[in-house]
Amino acid sequence: MLFLLLSLSLLCLSALLTVFCNARPERANFIGAAGAVSASAVGLFPAVRTLLHPAAETLSLPWPVPMASFSLTLDPLSAFFLVPVFILTAAAAIYGAGYFRPEEKKAPGLAWTAFNLLSAAMAVVFLAANAVLFLLAWEVMGVSSFFLVIFDHEKAQARKAAYIYLVAGAAGALALMFAFSLLGVQAGALDFAAFKRPEGPLAAAAFLSFLLGFGLKAGVIPLHVWLPEAHPAAPSHVSAVMSGVMIKTGIYGLIRALGLLSPWAPWWGWTLILIGLGSCLLGVVFALAQHDLKRLLAYSSIENIGIIVLALGLGVLGTAMGLYPLAALAFGGALLHVLNHALFKGLLFMGAGAVLHGAGTAEMEALGGLSKRMPRAAFLFVLGAAAACALPPFNGFAGEFLIYLGAFSALNGPANIVLAALLALAVLSAAGALALAVFSKAAGAVFLGEPRTQAAAGAHDCGPLMNAGMTLLAAACVVSGFAAPFLILPVSTALGAAFGLRTTLDFSGAAATPLIYLTAAFLALAAIVWVLAEKRRFFLGGRQPAAGPTWDCGYAAPSARMQYGASSFSQPLTAFFQPLLRKTLNIPVIAGYFPGKASFSSEARSVVFDHLYAPVIVRLRGLAFRFSWLQHGRLQFYILYIVAALMALLLWKL
Amino acid sequence: MSTLAELTIVFIILLNLALAVSGSMSVCIRLAAIQGVAAGLLPLLAGGGVMRGRAMAFAAFIILLKGAVFPWLMFRAREKTGARRDVDPLIGYPSSIMLCLGAFAASSWLGSRLPLPHSGVAFIVPASLATIFTGFLLITTRAKAITQVLGYLVIENGIYIFGLALFVEQPLMVELAILLDVFVAVFVMGIAIFHISREFDHIDTDQMDELTDWHQSEEGGNI
Amino acid sequence: MEIIKPLIQYLAVIILSPLLLGLINRVKAKFAGRRGQPLLQLYFDLYKLSYKTPVYSRTTTWLFRAGPVIGLSAILCALAALPFAGRPGFLAFDGDFIFLIYLLGLGRFFTVLAALDTGSSFEGMGASREVQFAVFSEPAFFLALAALSKATGKLSLSGMFLALEPASWQAAAPALLLLTAALFIILLAENSRVPVDDPNTHLELTMIHEVMVLDHSGPDLAYILYGAALKLWFFGALIASAVLPRHSGSWLYDGAAFLGMMAVIAAAIGTVESVMARLRMIKVQYLLMGALVFSILALLFQTGR
Repeated sequence: MLFLLLSLSLLCLSALLTVFCNARPERANFIGAAGAVSASAVGLFPAVRTLLHPAAETLSLPWPVPMASFSLTLDPLSAFFLVPVFILTAAAAIYGAGYFRPEEKKAPGLAWTAFNLLSAAMAVVFLAANAVLFLLAWEVMGVSSFFLVIFDHEKAQARKAAYIYLVAGAAGALALMFAFSLLGVQAGALDFAAFKRPEGPLAAAAFLSFLLGFGLKAGVIPLHVWLPEAHPAAPSHVSAVMSGVMIKTGIYGLIRALGLLSPWAPWWGWTLILIGLGSCLLGVVFALAQHDLKRLLAYSSIENIGIIVLALGLGVLGTAMGLYPLAALAFGGALLHVLNHALFKGLLFMGAGAVLHGAGTAEMEALGGLSKRMPRAAFLFVLGAAAACALPPFNGFAGEFLIYLGAFSALNGPANIVLAALLALAVLSAAGALALAVFSKAAGAVFLGEPRTQAAAGAHDCGPLMNAGMTLLAAACVVSGFAAPFLILPVSTALGAAFGLRTTLDFSGAAATPLIYLTAAFLALAAIVWVLAEKRRFFLGGRQPAAGPTWDCGYAAPSARMQYGASSFSQPLTAFFQPLLRKTLNIPVIAGYFPGKASFSSEARSVVFDHLYAPVIVRLRGLAFRFSWLQHGRLQFYILYIVAALMALLLWKL
Repeated sequence: MSTLAELTIVFIILLNLALAVSGSMSVCIRLAAIQGVAAGLLPLLAGGGVMRGRAMAFAAFIILLKGAVFPWLMFRAREKTGARRDVDPLIGYPSSIMLCLGAFAASSWLGSRLPLPHSGVAFIVPASLATIFTGFLLITTRAKAITQVLGYLVIENGIYIFGLALFVEQPLMVELAILLDVFVAVFVMGIAIFHISREFDHIDTDQMDELTDWHQSEEGGNI
Repeated sequence: MEIIKPLIQYLAVIILSPLLLGLINRVKAKFAGRRGQPLLQLYFDLYKLSYKTPVYSRTTTWLFRAGPVIGLSAILCALAALPFAGRPGFLAFDGDFIFLIYLLGLGRFFTVLAALDTGSSFEGMGASREVQFAVFSEPAFFLALAALSKATGKLSLSGMFLALEPASWQAAAPALLLLTAALFIILLAENSRVPVDDPNTHLELTMIHEVMVLDHSGPDLAYILYGAALKLWFFGALIASAVLPRHSGSWLYDGAAFLGMMAVIAAAIGTVESVMARLRMIKVQYLLMGALVFSILALLFQTGR
């Protein structure tokens, strides 16, 4: 715990110091990054130790805020979520030190302040053992990331994104306050340890409002509208942290809330399953239709959150129906995917940042051929993409494998569970194939072929710091892919802290053998690749391969614009999913014998926002304008309102 | 024996799906005829090997009617109206097939709930309900009158199979009555189709709304 | 002896699989009234290609070279987990089929990237179709295996096929028949056979797999052709294990029956290719949805009993 406090104070201290070096970008970069990296190194130690030797440590300090106590608890579940926070913070900080260019006009000092505060706030969210402290950290997390989203404030899109993000954050916090107060009224205190499960419908109400609050942060569909706006708007290493770990605070909260509200009703499981299925499928379909690399990655995060929520739902349903092995495998798969998604999504966002940095745009139709110009980033991005498609032997596979295995093992259970398992299997496999389409499109359109524009042709490689940040995460992706059996212990201790000892035992019993076999299979695969590569070298026999143009099927003057682009690559699938996507096509009318220039464009707008939220917002705005006479801009009247409100409260309490 | 019957039921369900996705009229007529024949064979296969004379004769009659007479009538109606394809169904083919599957899943659940005598052959009730549903799907989502008549025939197939589940012993009584109704219905529809196509030069029932009073009054300007 | 058996099985697979394509071509030639190419033609091709000097496009990068190697490695690794004549392979564990399907995905991912690496619009087209059809065939495959798992109550491929007995065909004939049909359609789609794709066509606009590998040459092309042959064996072996449930206990007898069944499957593919034309590209997804429907029906039949 001492190490954690040291880590937190390092983060806060460096955040404070960077405020003062706004005028000196180099110094800000150094202090910010050094603070974040050292804090991560210090913080990682107790987190890993707690996972290996499970014990809960509590630190409680008196705090003069009513109903609150400054109590932090480090149990294996917190530790499990802290590990990706610290890994990603360190990698993102190294990367960020190279990402903020000194020659740019904008000073990075305040961005570093917000970044380090964000990391500290996330750590406190995972550690807090008191609802007031939790909510305070939650708000700090929201506000500091808001400042990072609005970093490019001269762009209208960033301002819009930040506004939506702020509203979503406030709504989520409101739902959480309601949920915590429901529990608090029952217990008479706001410490997590004091909470008891409320009776009857109150438990359901608490579950639903937790789901609303945490679901908003996690970005499940239909509560996701802020996510594809906010994540691409932030600087890329911040997007990496936001997509990699910040949305996982929602998952963490959901797991803690489930722990507080046990035993569960089966319909809770079904609710989570349906939300998960929807997020998983729609997220990846929406991702397919995007042509901005960072937006694509943001939608892919929604898909992965969907997978995690789906697994949690299977676990809840399995536990409620008494199918414990399914529950353990599903919960374990969810936790493993939390860690793995953090690693590969962080890597991918950093790769997108490298593209943005080098070519000046993340618009996939304008890129291409970057593999020649930034070979290292291309290699790392392809690796991350393979992990994101859950391809063996990378780390995305293990978590999904456990979820699949759980679903298959449930096939001989009661009909209710079989239905859930089959739905999960169908959607997971379809989403897996779609994710492969998404990431082959992303990697292909951005890095492969010939550059489609001048900007892409003149792209430059990223610096050593950015490469170092990405390499760190890529190494983590490969290592945690091969070392999946070593993750069984941490995952099972974290499961024990969340759901009790039984889950721990069930999980390590059910997952150990397959994961060990998997690692053996991964090693065999690596060996076969090595043998075949050597064999190929042998076949070549030292001859120099000839170089020529790409086979053009007889047409001798192809231009780079004739390549299959991002939209054309995904067109057959987006056409199939058009009823879900509602892409708007702008098709020019070509008339006359000698038509002039024409242009075609297609846009996948945010369907959920346009058809679900926009009408509600219009109504609300209409309602709000009726009360606009209250807002007239005179200070005196506002003070009068305050006085009146205070008087009313006083009278009410008398 | 019951394995063969089950395979026949699988075949009937696959025919339902094929009916839901095929746009060609002659293919649809043939599919419905084949389904009728399969349904006619079903009591023989499910009977447990005892081939009684009456059952044989009855099956032969059904197969003749559904496999030869109905298709002949339908093909004649098709020739007269000149309709080849039922283009533009109201629901796309992927959704139709998913609806059919959903119907089968739902009727499996329903079949397990209905208090029916055990017939020895699994899935008779779900298959019959799914067939009836497919018939309704054809009637409601297709534009041409012939396809709609075809829908009635498919519904009839479904009812016949359902009758098997209910009255393994003597499906005759129920069946004959229904069959007669449908027979008359096909005749009437055949005549109707013929007249519609002569009056309007097409048999798209979609476009028959020009017959409604509402349209006329709107165009006429009164009210 | 028992330890060597999986090794011999594996060797048999990697040596015999190019023969399947020879068989298919022979059947097609018989249908067309031709004499046809030699049975061992693919072996000759592989030998010739291995010692040719490849030509690389100037547009390409390391991914273009890595694609064939990783594609072949993935399928070689997958074959290690495949049961042979009702006997487990090297790698048999709970959930091995999940690993196998994702291994095929790994091969697909790198083949697609290698195709996109050339910057050719034709290869991009093929890549786009490859990922598109996987979206339908992968769930069909998973659900077919789920039906098999439910019919046998086992969680590993070897376990499922070992538990499959003549009695299970009697008890669950509809489900097993449907899932075999689904597997056959998936075989045709995944191996780019008629009616999904025509391996003999030279119209780049209409092809899927062949057009993706237009630019590969020399040992790389040999790897790709060999990988395709192994993939055909992979899917054929699944079907053969499903329809051949009787295990006599004698390794030689079972193995011979299994190999015979593989020849029958090759003949079936050849027959389908001879009597059918290629489907229009937009109809292919309906065929694959048909496979999905077969799998779902198989599951419903298996769940309802």
